[in-house]
Amino acid sequence: MLALVDYGAGNLASVERALARLGADTRRVTVPEQLEGARAIVLPGVGHFAAMMRVLAARGLQEPIRLAVANGVPLLGICLGLQTLYAGSEEAPECTGLGLFSGTVRELPRTVKLPHMGWNQIRPVRPSRLLRGIAEAAWFYFAHAYAALDEGPHVCAVCEHGARFAAVVEQDHVMAVQFHPEKSGAAGLQVLRNFLEAIR
Amino acid sequence: MTLARRIIPCLDTDGARVVKGVHFEALRDVGDPAVLAARYNREGADEIVVLDIAAARDRRPTFLETIRRVAGELAIPLTAGGGIRSLEDGHAVLQAGADKLTVNTAAVERPELITELAQAFGSQAVVVAVDAKWTGQTWEVFVRGGREPTGRAAVAWACEAVARGAGEILLTSIDRDGTRDGFDCALTAAVARAVPVPVIASGGANCAEHFAEVFRQGRADAALAASIFHDGLCAIAALKRSLATLCIPVRLSE
Repeated sequence: MLALVDYGAGNLASVERALARLGADTRRVTVPEQLEGARAIVLPGVGHFAAMMRVLAARGLQEPIRLAVANGVPLLGICLGLQTLYAGSEEAPECTGLGLFSGTVRELPRTVKLPHMGWNQIRPVRPSRLLRGIAEAAWFYFAHAYAALDEGPHVCAVCEHGARFAAVVEQDHVMAVQFHPEKSGAAGLQVLRNFLEAIR
Repeated sequence: MTLARRIIPCLDTDGARVVKGVHFEALRDVGDPAVLAARYNREGADEIVVLDIAAARDRRPTFLETIRRVAGELAIPLTAGGGIRSLEDGHAVLQAGADKLTVNTAAVERPELITELAQAFGSQAVVVAVDAKWTGQTWEVFVRGGREPTGRAAVAWACEAVARGAGEILLTSIDRDGTRDGFDCALTAAVARAVPVPVIASGGANCAEHFAEVFRQGRADAALAASIFHDGLCAIAALKRSLATLCIPVRLSE
């Protein structure tokens, strides 16, 4: 069973549907007890950093998620779900993130149209499990204005919109993508399939 | 790495069926929204917009069911709108499977709606639709399906909408809508230059050259069309291949 973290907003249904298409068994998680027995945690997200962190805190999910990851449960973050893995974000300086990666998520430069909305290509910079079997020229769907600009050792692929930013991050069993795999056609489904393969 | 220009088929519905008319009159049935959406998804559409142009209160459940059925066919983003007047309406549309909401008349009548939706769902989920018509001096915003003038200038209203939280502008030229004379590049460029968010151009498309023009001269980030796709006058895959040969960055299906 995959625990799909439900924080009230976000397009949970489309992530759920995409995973179901791949034969995965998912459970929506709104309280910590529902994390029990999860083979992996999926942290989807759209919207505001503060809104997501506040709901996770209010539902008592922050610590249990961190603890599960510390105990080796794999995690996949999507879009805002990637951003919340960092220590914090410029979008909500008063909030702390889950802190699985160091560094702060920043706003993309206003020299380009924001949000970064639509289909873009990514460039692999390190071997990646999530990108296995995916063509270099593949397109992915993005919808965000903030991004992880720091290039830590966990960054596996980058994208560019005004600045270079992390498109795919992986560190041991913690993986995340800035794009929406559930909205990225066949290439996106392959990323989700690769995640399911990686946690087998 | 370049952001692709998006090609977006639009499904105007009466709640349940895709319809097409000239200025919302003489509506004719075009087909089942889920069937059309599945076809466009296959053919390489970058996104789908589904609108309830009747937006009658008693048809809401029908339209939500339509969104659910369309979303079930897609592995690409879905924008839905028509009759969204409150946070609750917006929530229902997103819960049904849309990724973004579009608001038009209700936002003009009560601009705070834009901020409420953006705060609840994020700016990336809020598309403000602007229907504009040239009055001889400026482009004026019209509401209620293009029938009612508002006295607002389109460029100024687009800027206000963004300031209030809109993450995207869906700009329709009433003058060009249904004419197949090409997009209104002057209108599109005027708005695209003025706002810091993506602009979707709509109204007047007939061929690949029209799309190329609106991406170049019109500075559009995306372009939307309905009948030319429904009537098979223009196939999405062929359109995108033509645009690629014209050096417009588009996502070609793998």
